[in-house]
Amino acid sequence: MNQNMPSPDPRKASSAALDEARLRQQAIGVRLRQMFDEVVNEDVPDEFLEILKRADSRNAENG
Amino acid sequence: MDASREIETEAVAPASVAPVRPARTAADDNAFKRELVQLIPHLRAFARTLCGDPTAADDLAQDAMMKAWDARASFQMGTNMKAWTFMILRNQFYSEKRRSWRQTQLDQEAAERTLVAVDDPEAPVALDEMRQGLAMLPAEQREALILVGAGGFAYEEAAEICNCAVGTVKSRVSRARRALHAILEDGSYDRDGLSAGDAMRSILADAERLSTVR
Repeated sequence: MNQNMPSPDPRKASSAALDEARLRQQAIGVRLRQMFDEVVNEDVPDEFLEILKRADSRNAENG
Repeated sequence: MDASREIETEAVAPASVAPVRPARTAADDNAFKRELVQLIPHLRAFARTLCGDPTAADDLAQDAMMKAWDARASFQMGTNMKAWTFMILRNQFYSEKRRSWRQTQLDQEAAERTLVAVDDPEAPVALDEMRQGLAMLPAEQREALILVGAGGFAYEEAAEICNCAVGTVKSRVSRARRALHAILEDGSYDRDGLSAGDAMRSILADAERLSTVR
């Protein structure tokens, strides 16, 4: 697995390039999740729960 | 036997059996509501990726939440509520888009402004670039990548949410990954003062930092 040695072998070179590409895709994946989770971790505005509460009580009144 | 146990039993019944739905009880509604409340942060995040503009995104998330609540009788407890609500939110987004093309144009402009305007000095630079890179992808590729890459959905679930074939989702995700990589790599997005390749470098550096922290 260790591809640190410089080698003229094109197969090894392309395998190293593949590893590199995989690493980059992983980094993008981490970033993407981080961006999404940033919003997930925000406090939910009170408005959301108020709207739901209003709908619930409206529902209770109507039976 | 309590009410929640009854719902569980119903949910595992084969779909082919004609569903005899018991009358909804307050306990059903409460269980539904508890689960729905837990999904709000995820709905907000998904809406933000569709709308860009945080205010429009929250409006969309609220509409989707209410649509889900109104349709609660048609939801089978025990099945994937996250996928179900995401589908509602996505349908809501696209039906609004169809209703008013002009409005969409405005939303798009607002989204682009927002994407450019996230210049919080505290925000990591690469995050900003990721947003801009995403904004450059075709909408269908962007949503597929978000659902699978950030939302934690399986390809099958994403296909259900987007109302398309599993193979279509797979190819959209892979095209999105390649395109995003190319955008970040050669800096074909606009950002003042950053040369080609810098975006990818800062993303790599940041990923490395994150992996050493954890």
